[in-house]
Amino acid sequence: MHLKWDEFFVTGDPLILGAQISIALTSIAIVFVLTYFKKWKWLWKEWLTSVDHKKLGIMYILAAVIMFFRGGVDGLMMRAQLALPNNTFLDSNHYNEIFTTHGTIMILFMAMPFLIGLINVVVPLQIGARDVAFPYLNNLSFWTFMVGAMLFNISFVIGGSPSAGWTSYMPLAGNDFSPGPGQNYYLLGLQIAGIGTLMTGINFMVTILKMRTKGMTLMRMPMFTWTTLITSVIIVFAFPVLTVALALMTFDRLFGSAFFTLEAGGMPMLWANLFWIWGHPEVYIVILPAFGIFSEIFATFSRKQLFGYKAMVVSIVAISVLSFLVWVHHFFTMGNSAAVNSFFSITTMAISVPTGVKIFNWLFTMYRGRISFTSPMLWALGFIPNFVIGGVTGVMLAMAAADYQYHNTYFLVSHFHYVLIAGTVFACFAGLVFWYPKMFGYKLNERIGKWFFWVFMIGFNICFFPQYFLGLQGMPRRIYTYGPEDGWTALNFISTIGAFMMGVGFIILCYNIYYSWRHAKREVSGDSWGEGRTLDWATSSAIPPHYNFAALPEVTTPDAFHHWKQNNVDVHPEKEFKKIHMPHNSGRPLIMSAFFGLGAFGLVFEWYWIGVIGLIGVFATMILRSFEYDDGYYIPVEEVIETEKKNKEAQK
Amino acid sequence: MAGKTHSSAEHEHFPWKHVVGFILSIVLTILAFWIAIGAEIGSSAKLWIIFGFAFIQAFLQLFMFMHMTESENGTVQVGNTLFGLFCAIIFVIGSVWIFAAHYSHGENSKDGYSPSAPKQSEHSEK
Amino acid sequence: MGHNDSSYANAPLEYQSETGRLNILGFWIFLGAEIVLFSTLFATYFVLHGRTAGGVLPAELFDMKLVLIMTFLLLVSSFTCGIAVHEMRRGSTKGVVIWTILTLLLGAGFVGFEIYEFFHYVHEGASIHTSAYWSAFFVLLGTHGLHVSIGIFWITGVLFQIKKRGLTPQTASKIFISSLYWHFLDVVWIFIFTAVYLIGLGGLL
Repeated sequence: MHLKWDEFFVTGDPLILGAQISIALTSIAIVFVLTYFKKWKWLWKEWLTSVDHKKLGIMYILAAVIMFFRGGVDGLMMRAQLALPNNTFLDSNHYNEIFTTHGTIMILFMAMPFLIGLINVVVPLQIGARDVAFPYLNNLSFWTFMVGAMLFNISFVIGGSPSAGWTSYMPLAGNDFSPGPGQNYYLLGLQIAGIGTLMTGINFMVTILKMRTKGMTLMRMPMFTWTTLITSVIIVFAFPVLTVALALMTFDRLFGSAFFTLEAGGMPMLWANLFWIWGHPEVYIVILPAFGIFSEIFATFSRKQLFGYKAMVVSIVAISVLSFLVWVHHFFTMGNSAAVNSFFSITTMAISVPTGVKIFNWLFTMYRGRISFTSPMLWALGFIPNFVIGGVTGVMLAMAAADYQYHNTYFLVSHFHYVLIAGTVFACFAGLVFWYPKMFGYKLNERIGKWFFWVFMIGFNICFFPQYFLGLQGMPRRIYTYGPEDGWTALNFISTIGAFMMGVGFIILCYNIYYSWRHAKREVSGDSWGEGRTLDWATSSAIPPHYNFAALPEVTTPDAFHHWKQNNVDVHPEKEFKKIHMPHNSGRPLIMSAFFGLGAFGLVFEWYWIGVIGLIGVFATMILRSFEYDDGYYIPVEEVIETEKKNKEAQK
Repeated sequence: MAGKTHSSAEHEHFPWKHVVGFILSIVLTILAFWIAIGAEIGSSAKLWIIFGFAFIQAFLQLFMFMHMTESENGTVQVGNTLFGLFCAIIFVIGSVWIFAAHYSHGENSKDGYSPSAPKQSEHSEK
Repeated sequence: MGHNDSSYANAPLEYQSETGRLNILGFWIFLGAEIVLFSTLFATYFVLHGRTAGGVLPAELFDMKLVLIMTFLLLVSSFTCGIAVHEMRRGSTKGVVIWTILTLLLGAGFVGFEIYEFFHYVHEGASIHTSAYWSAFFVLLGTHGLHVSIGIFWITGVLFQIKKRGLTPQTASKIFISSLYWHFLDVVWIFIFTAVYLIGLGGLL
């Protein structure tokens, strides 16, 4: 690559210059604050090297919220550009970069870490375990995600962003039409982050299968744990496809192979095929945990056991199998035979059935329950109608012949935003509020939280509902402007207003986080909402002790904690405590991930020696790990007794 | 299918499973080579046979060499492998099926090759 | 931590620690992911089959003798690997080391022949740049070969640990897991010689 050094930093755009300056100032401010308060050692010891699932979960969620800001600003810029015809706020290339980073960040660096963060915090508690099966690997998963995300994010200030869409089709994403480092950032950032996700999938499969507490059979697990198990299965079998697809495109761009090229027999459409073989299961990876979160919330705030537990389990298993059989619906219009399109049309329509079953089960859970309209419940209630709108438009799109009208118009854009936002994003917010006291020991303010809900949900509908009609009126997606003669102006303008309302909602959330940190009452009980049904609410303090449970609980029913409360069973009996074995923290995963990042950065700019150094570093850290026989440490029984006594006293 | 983790008979004895597995693998390999290159039958039949042998040999090795069903996790291990194979078959056959229609389109027709080109095209050329 | 290890006292050594048991299960699941990884490379290979852009054809370059040698090297190495685990279950550290070294030598032989094969093809005008078909060939075979090479280094590292610490539940589970990896690579090779070489040499597609 003939990179000119004066093109290394992106220049010439005031928005980007503003971002570069903000990043520099923020970084300096963070370094200053940490140094002034002498918190470097604390940060390293307590957080960065932690193998504790609760802390890793919080770090994932913090990163996700920051990425939501970045992805959201991308979205707002797009809507600002499209509010009026022939607008000049963004030129076409900048617009392309922004929709690319918006999509990639929101799905891979916001939704995934948010959900994985909640999974990390909650699932080991729900199954009555002390941590996940592979805590060291868990830390590595987090850092590979961080490095992948940072690599992707740095693109717009160093070298230039990718601009071929989050789907990155060939030949647009090849060297001829996308020269420069931008597209390489996409390939390598996602590759590294994908490694971490695969490891998370394996980690939680083993954790849930092998580390459930005594008496907790599979059919007594909380529904969020079930969805995590199935999501982990999908991750394990889908992510390797992405690994290969990204690698093949990387070879095309860097080493001159001919997989997806226009010459030498390559097939550009093969990229689309491989991408969507992964891409479709990916959307189920982001929606199944959301279904699990809502299952917990509906049951808790209807004060009723989840309706149709067995049907829920069967439906998520069915969804996971079918999710590998529908991928062609993402490219019905690419020239497949009628037989191929028909087959995938049928499978796509079939996959909506189990989801429909779940919607009815949630409604039946609420029926004859005693409902509390807390803000997590509001998000769950908002999810039902809005997600269903997204779902039924999905069935419209599933009909291959009809899809020729809808494909790549704003109808499609609206469909996927309805399912992703009303499904995944609402669940992320709901889960954050619901488990906030478990993470931080106090609740977010309910009043402010309700404002957040209403402003965001109404803004969301104002933004995206008109887009169905824009699509039906023929507006294609991924266009940076349109003419007044198209007749799309009014709906676009309204849509932009809705987008900014969502932005206001996000600001309300940030304010709530600050406000609650300052003013919220600190809690002592592990049962923060008073209505907890599952073991995550059965901890001896609001924030669980780092070993989670002093004595691993024994369960006999589903909704075990609720059952104990109903039957006056002592949740924290005076058992004979024993010393508790815990794993040591480790800085090696962070270092290994740094080598991944270094090597990848080198490959982005085709500086192969740096790539080699990075690779050597990765292997060296792996070898060091193999030769390490550290077996962790024991928390002495006196400390356990002391902690439990203190927690019990505080609740009197 | 989920075998217990007690010591199997091979603990002190001759490794029968391995020897049998090894010999059968050799036989299947040689047979497959002979059929593919030497036999006087149609290509289609050969493909079915050699892939059949491949799957048989793969399962042989999974059971005989890798102790797939052993231990309290035997069921999970087998189920996991089967699901992996299920996905593998779908991805390979699905991709080949999808692209079968595309070899005669546009740029691709210049290549002059199509693995199973239908005699008449399935839909009209533009 | 967790289950009572004494209930596993009669199990093979690699299953006697909880870490060992979890690692073995985790590795089987990882192998499921590897099945999918290789299947994606196979799907790519089949879709790009025959797309040689007027360049050199595989049937012109494939050599049956070479393929048979490579296949038998890997198959025998899978057998010797199995015997190494058998020796481990018999409690013989010496047996483990000898049969594992044999496995690694056979594996190195396999890799050596494959490198020779690749250089030969490139010399004859078939490289990763030449055409889509050859890109698919080199990446499928190369990924497998890279896995074997990494395995050789990994198992060598484990051998050093055996030398230092003898056969313990931890070292036993490492030998067992690396043997799973090694066997798996031979299973993948079964499909490679069938899908790539038998089809190519027999003109079946």
